Amino acid sequence: MDFANFFIQLLNSVQYGLLLFLLAAGLTLIFGIMGVVNLAHGSFYMLGAYTAYALTGAWDNLFLAVLVGAVISLAIGWTLEKILFKHFYKRDHLDQVLLTFGLIYIFEEIRSMIWGDDVHNVAIPGSLNWSIGLTDTLSYPAYRLFMLAVCLLLALGLWLLISRTKIGMKIRAGAFNSDMAQALGVNIVRLHALVFALGVALASVAGMLISPLSSVYPYMGSQVLIMCFVVVVIGGIGSVRGALTAALLVGLVDTFGKVLLPQFASMLVYVLMALVLLYKPEGLFKQ
Amino acid sequence: MTSRRQVLTQSAAFLGAASAGLMLPARAQNAKVRIGLMLPYTGTFAQLGLACDNGFRMALEEKGNKLGGRDIEYFKVDDESEPSKGVENANKLVQRDKVDVLVGTVHSGVQMGIHKVARETGVLSIIPNAGMHAATRALCAPNVFRTSFTNSQPTLALGKVMMAKGHKKAVWITWKYAAGDEAGEGFKEGYLAAGGTIVKELGLPFPNVEFQALLTEIASIKPDAVACFFSGGGASKFIRDYAAAGLAGKIPLYGSGFLTEGLLDDELAPSAQGITTTLHYSTSLATKRNDAFRLAYAKAFKMQPDVYAVQGYDAGQLLIQGAAAVKGDFSNKKALYAAMENAVIDSPRGKWTMSKAHNPVQDMYVRVVKGKENVVQGVAAKALSDSGVGCKLG
Repeated sequence: MDFANFFIQLLNSVQYGLLLFLLAAGLTLIFGIMGVVNLAHGSFYMLGAYTAYALTGAWDNLFLAVLVGAVISLAIGWTLEKILFKHFYKRDHLDQVLLTFGLIYIFEEIRSMIWGDDVHNVAIPGSLNWSIGLTDTLSYPAYRLFMLAVCLLLALGLWLLISRTKIGMKIRAGAFNSDMAQALGVNIVRLHALVFALGVALASVAGMLISPLSSVYPYMGSQVLIMCFVVVVIGGIGSVRGALTAALLVGLVDTFGKVLLPQFASMLVYVLMALVLLYKPEGLFKQ
Repeated sequence: MTSRRQVLTQSAAFLGAASAGLMLPARAQNAKVRIGLMLPYTGTFAQLGLACDNGFRMALEEKGNKLGGRDIEYFKVDDESEPSKGVENANKLVQRDKVDVLVGTVHSGVQMGIHKVARETGVLSIIPNAGMHAATRALCAPNVFRTSFTNSQPTLALGKVMMAKGHKKAVWITWKYAAGDEAGEGFKEGYLAAGGTIVKELGLPFPNVEFQALLTEIASIKPDAVACFFSGGGASKFIRDYAAAGLAGKIPLYGSGFLTEGLLDDELAPSAQGITTTLHYSTSLATKRNDAFRLAYAKAFKMQPDVYAVQGYDAGQLLIQGAAAVKGDFSNKKALYAAMENAVIDSPRGKWTMSKAHNPVQDMYVRVVKGKENVVQGVAAKALSDSGVGCKLG
């Protein structure tokens, strides 16, 4: 592998890693702050992808679809938190698992009723449907670079939100000790709804962004959910910084594993997780 | 008031009638032949299931909907391409509907379920698509016949075609699951025998379509050619990504015919030009038999036939020949199976026969994508037979 190809594979890794981060960030925040194991997190990714499919079908404009879809998913996340999830914060993890596992099936059934069980393609926007020549044999699709840029911006925004704003301070306080934060006057109820809606929106935006590349299919959320949990476990539960590091690490291992050790590619990520659990059972960045 | 004795005698009479009824299909020659169709009528493979169904019915329609002089009756089960329900669905047809023949299915995993039931109950089973090796290799059975292909059959013919073009070093890429692995096996055998070298085998989990890292690797290896097995939505995604990565036109792409079969629409065709595949059929096959079939099919179903329709149609033709030989007496299994084994099927794909392991011995065509057609360039392998390794029949 020469330097140019190494660099391109690195680009592929970062791109996959950042996408995983968008998903895992929501999962780890919701777990870290509200203590909810949300198995239905992957369903929001799936619903996001189908929303992109439906909205681009209507308007033929992916950018608009992502913006509108993000607003819709924020609203859905907020509503779900208010009517369902908030009643489960103090409940046993097993209850939460049962609830969210059931939700997966409900969401898939809704998806089946609205869109059916077929695989669909989402067209790459015309303005990004071209490639940049990198080597004499390889070109890089512009849409992938666009997705990389959007993921980077979102990750940066999330970092600024959490580390540099007042809301972020409250979120961190809530994650550290929610009772004390409440005693100090933080409106923890509203904070919970906000964090939950944000997590749902991030997952859904990830689904919408990936839809032109991965196509849209039933149960696409379940596959990615497992990878998200791997990221959360490796990164340390509740840590956004950990999620970012772990997501990039998983991206690297997965991409280079596929290329260098194709026979073992599908298990390398889990080997990585097992090693982390063995030597750092709390994850790389314990909150 | 009904006394206890009355209840007893009534139920005894009922039981007697029921058990007599169980023996009925074997005796009564005038009863209808019960045909079970177990195909995917919903889900990802719904189109394929419908095509098999159409083809099968068309073959019987042409003979006045009679098998060996007897009328027929259809029983349908939607298998949803759901492997976990395979055995249960097959049993619905065999145990509940008491079918004389079970025709199905598309998905190899579901086929394993049907195959298990077929081997246990001895019901006549005709496979119109699923290509998993076991059915006509280690787990072959006298009552199981296939009218399609084995997963390694189309790719077995690929090697010679590539070597003839001077492509001596190739990369193989597929989904890592049974059908992909078996197709890879066929490619390896054919390509190595023709003198080629496989420089790298790449794979990704089924039905994952994130090809980017693998395409980058292909670009860095710069092989003479790439050979692959993908089908359905994943295939069209692979073709589009291959073009978007700038590989199309630089490194020629080859594959099992399912890569392009039935997928070449306005959107995909520009990315697919020049892709060369091998398969036992192409809609553009210019023979009188195929033209007649296409015309009749289009008239009957208001759509174009594809390879799946042909395989369903041949399943019907095979059954017709078998039934004719025993004059509709499906209990005469020995003669029935012998007739099916020795059948020569005059198919739209060309004439073919049954191998000892009950899989078609058939020509493989070389097809190149031009416009929206898989244009036939010639025959890649004449009367190609699957090895049938491990089958002890015949």
